[in-house]
Amino acid sequence: MKRLVCREMVELMTEYLEGTLNADARERFETHLRGCDGCTEYLAQLRAQIAMSRRLSEDALDPVYRDRLLAAFRDWRK
Amino acid sequence: MREIYARSEVTTTADDEVRLVAALRLGDERAFTEIVDRYGIAMYRVARAHVGNDEAAGDVLQEAWLAALRSIQTFEGRSTLRTWLIGIAVNIARSRRRREARNSAFSVLLSALAERRTSPTVDPSRFQGRTGDDPGAWRLPPAAWSDLPEAQLLGKEVLGEVKTAIEALPEAQRVVIQMRDVEGFATDEVARILGISAANVRVRLHRARALVRARLEAYLGGVPR
Repeated sequence: MKRLVCREMVELMTEYLEGTLNADARERFETHLRGCDGCTEYLAQLRAQIAMSRRLSEDALDPVYRDRLLAAFRDWRK
Repeated sequence: MREIYARSEVTTTADDEVRLVAALRLGDERAFTEIVDRYGIAMYRVARAHVGNDEAAGDVLQEAWLAALRSIQTFEGRSTLRTWLIGIAVNIARSRRRREARNSAFSVLLSALAERRTSPTVDPSRFQGRTGDDPGAWRLPPAAWSDLPEAQLLGKEVLGEVKTAIEALPEAQRVVIQMRDVEGFATDEVARILGISAANVRVRLHRARALVRARLEAYLGGVPR
């Protein structure tokens, strides 16, 4: 079984996180990961970054836009 | 982090949506504001990811809601209300981009080139070359973020950096990372809304995440030497 190198590993990270690697590739990916601090850290960083990205959805709609929409709604209802 | 997790766990029940949609059809203002408060900001952000500036995104939001109100009578609930509304915002943002693109063939060309690029997503100099003792292995591995002060990693500033990094991406990638990672849509949903394959979503997502990570790495203390 061909060993994956770090340069290849980083290009498989999204497929791994998305669960779309086939069983063989997943096995090879995880085998490499167990023995590699650099790739383990890279993957951890992507996970941390995804969690940070998700927090960007915590803001609220600008009241100016909300008011404009409400005015449009009242027009529509007439 | 706890409340974010809780937030993403909250799923709108179908009954609740049926009630809201029925009330909206009857012109109920409370139903309207409730739906706007739930999904308006996501529609705005996804529109913003397409058109690239606040003013145009505000216009798209307004136009999308007018379109939604015109067609709410025919909403059949085959998708969730959120997916339906985001889909409308995406279509309107895209037709606006197409109108603009006629005046800017160059930007379309650039966008197409960015899309086709299959170059590595991590700087090749970070890895050992053929002559190294372990070709393809890290030469400059990423420095552990867990060594950073917690305040730096969880603070508002770093979120601002993530946001800036996403905004700086080419449109095709920006739209995908916005919908998948920020709004939390499933990959299949992103694919359906954008009318592209799930495989294409993953390719764009991969490039987008790698570029954002590289920028974040530089911001958080740089590449180890």
